Amino acid sequence: MHLHKYEKVWLVFGLGSLVLFLLIIGFAAFWKGTHPQSHIETIDPQNVEANESFQPENLGLTEVADGKYVVNMVASAFNYDFGKEDDGTATKTIRVPKGSTVLFQITSKDVVHGFQVAGTNVNMMVEPGHISRFEAVMKNSGEFTVVCNEYCGIGHHLMFGTVEVY
Amino acid sequence: MELFNFSKKESRLYMAFMHVTFISLLVGGLMGLLQTLVRSGKYTLPFNIDYYTILTTHGVVLGLVLTTFFIVGFQFSLMGKTVGISGKQLKWGWISFWVMLVGTVLSAWMILTGEASVLYTFYTPLRAHPVFYIGLAMVIIGSWIAAFVNFRQLYVWKKAHKGEKSPLLAFMVVINMIMWVVASLGVAYSVVVLILPWSLGYVATVNVLLTRTLFWYFGHPLVYFWLLPAYMAWYAIIPKIIGGKLFSDSLARLAFILLLMFSIPVGFHHQLTEPGIDPTWKFIQVVLTFMVVIPSLMTAFSLFATFEITGRKKGYTSLFGWFKKLPWKDVRFLAPFVGMAAFIPGGAGGIINASHQVNSLVHNTIWITGHFHLTVATTVILTFFGIAYWLIPHLTGRRLTPRLNKLGIIQTFIWAIGMTIMSTSMHIQGLIGGPRRSAFSEYAGGDQVSTWISYQLSQAVGGTILFIGILLMFYIFIQLAFFAPRGYEEYPIAEEEPDAEKTPKILENWYLWIGITIALILFAYTIPMIDIIKHSPPGSIPFDWPIGRS
Repeated sequence: MHLHKYEKVWLVFGLGSLVLFLLIIGFAAFWKGTHPQSHIETIDPQNVEANESFQPENLGLTEVADGKYVVNMVASAFNYDFGKEDDGTATKTIRVPKGSTVLFQITSKDVVHGFQVAGTNVNMMVEPGHISRFEAVMKNSGEFTVVCNEYCGIGHHLMFGTVEVY
Repeated sequence: MELFNFSKKESRLYMAFMHVTFISLLVGGLMGLLQTLVRSGKYTLPFNIDYYTILTTHGVVLGLVLTTFFIVGFQFSLMGKTVGISGKQLKWGWISFWVMLVGTVLSAWMILTGEASVLYTFYTPLRAHPVFYIGLAMVIIGSWIAAFVNFRQLYVWKKAHKGEKSPLLAFMVVINMIMWVVASLGVAYSVVVLILPWSLGYVATVNVLLTRTLFWYFGHPLVYFWLLPAYMAWYAIIPKIIGGKLFSDSLARLAFILLLMFSIPVGFHHQLTEPGIDPTWKFIQVVLTFMVVIPSLMTAFSLFATFEITGRKKGYTSLFGWFKKLPWKDVRFLAPFVGMAAFIPGGAGGIINASHQVNSLVHNTIWITGHFHLTVATTVILTFFGIAYWLIPHLTGRRLTPRLNKLGIIQTFIWAIGMTIMSTSMHIQGLIGGPRRSAFSEYAGGDQVSTWISYQLSQAVGGTILFIGILLMFYIFIQLAFFAPRGYEEYPIAEEEPDAEKTPKILENWYLWIGITIALILFAYTIPMIDIIKHSPPGSIPFDWPIGRS
């Protein structure tokens, strides 16, 4: 098949940039370990308490080492369960100091949800039957809105929370 | 090149598809307008209509009904023009139309009565009314009937023209329909085998991840199913409109073959942030996703080459002189051209969306909505409008008058302006974290959220301008279909240069290309599918109440 000379140049240039681009994201993924979240860890959506992380008393923020935190959460239509405050009321805000490393762990009791800390890289799908995890360093201080960004029903836009980095 | 003239009977079939297309445009467009108004926070829907009902209507009517009807109708006309249609094929064409239409009505009825507010991607374990799924399955089955009529048309022609090269447009239609059938097998299996029995209550639980994976196996080729008819017009019709010849028959065929191969095995890039799929396989599919860059670059080159060659032949010699002399005042050219221009930022955004890690910044934000309003709702739809300006008068025996041409040009500008405002503000709002698929909400009411709302206001402005564009387009359609003066409008099909190089025979070796396509699909999906089924969690029971069904 005949290819025009300029077309060959154009394709070589295009393919060259494509290869370079794929090498960069491949390097980031396999050498730097920055894959999107994927853990292939399953759970019974009708009995999430069977997993220690999602028992009611373990929900919410825990400091596991100096500057290292874990947040366990359960999503359901149309609420994020961040555990309870000392006085028994539901926690609405997660507070962590600036610069801390936070592992967000979440699962769904019912339908598909999203978990996005707007303004950060924390963005996961939350599916019934699976555990979603994402570790992030909270570099900037401020109040970040947590939004459900995957349609979960007529109260979808009422499902949110807050992460405060102080 | 021998071209067939349409009989009255034939034209009526093709026009039936066009009527459904433009009614869908009006209905779906109105729903889009209402969405932007609700999201602005200044407007509440009357009669207790739920936001997600109109969101579902907008997505299904425009994304599935309008596109499929236009494409099937347009492709029937291309086949009729280039290889002809027999009486029996015509009858099957009507059967495909009615099956699709009845399916559409069934699904629409369920959506409008609030029994199926599950948006466009079904979202198990949200459970819609079974009739909704049956309706959608019928739309797909109807389109398969059309596909097999198209395959038969080319087969019959080939038998009568032994050893001859098939007409380019017929070849392209067959490629697009092969892709459509192979891709929709996934969603048909998901709907018929997994979701429908579960929705009817015969099966207790459903594997959510499996239904999602099968949906996206179909969901990405679907966007190429929209795009390829636009490419057909760019490759083989626009050159004729600007007074030129086909750039290269073989190049066009090769581009279509590559699109067939690389559009199907890439669904995981829609599922990059899902927990249940192995990251290595996600990466492999990301790489395969980017292979469609090759035919896209080939297309861009060949289009601009046609523009330049045509201009130079007319005697415009300076470096860009040919560009000025393109027929800007001909809406049959202008509308698709604006669509092509929108594809440059649209395609660049697509590269961002599909990029393994970068995706997590924009995943499920309204950036994505902005992206496909550029690609599908501008590139594809403006090209479809560009086709409609000559196809409809050709079918109805009328003329595109200078006045309607002028209205079309105004329509194109209105569309470009409205979409620039709406899509740009969607992209920006997405980058700062605004979610997609959400009704108006102040969330916790922080500073972050107030910045989103200002962009939602500008989306309402863009949406309103776009709706004016839709009303104008609908008016033009009615004029072309019923009121324009009688006459003859050309069906523009570009011819090859007399001294064009011979197209290699291998490009028509269907066994080879379909074989490679299947091999690629098996490579990209077999192991992850085994993974998904082997590591599947306990299934999900159905949920009715979250979508407002009691």
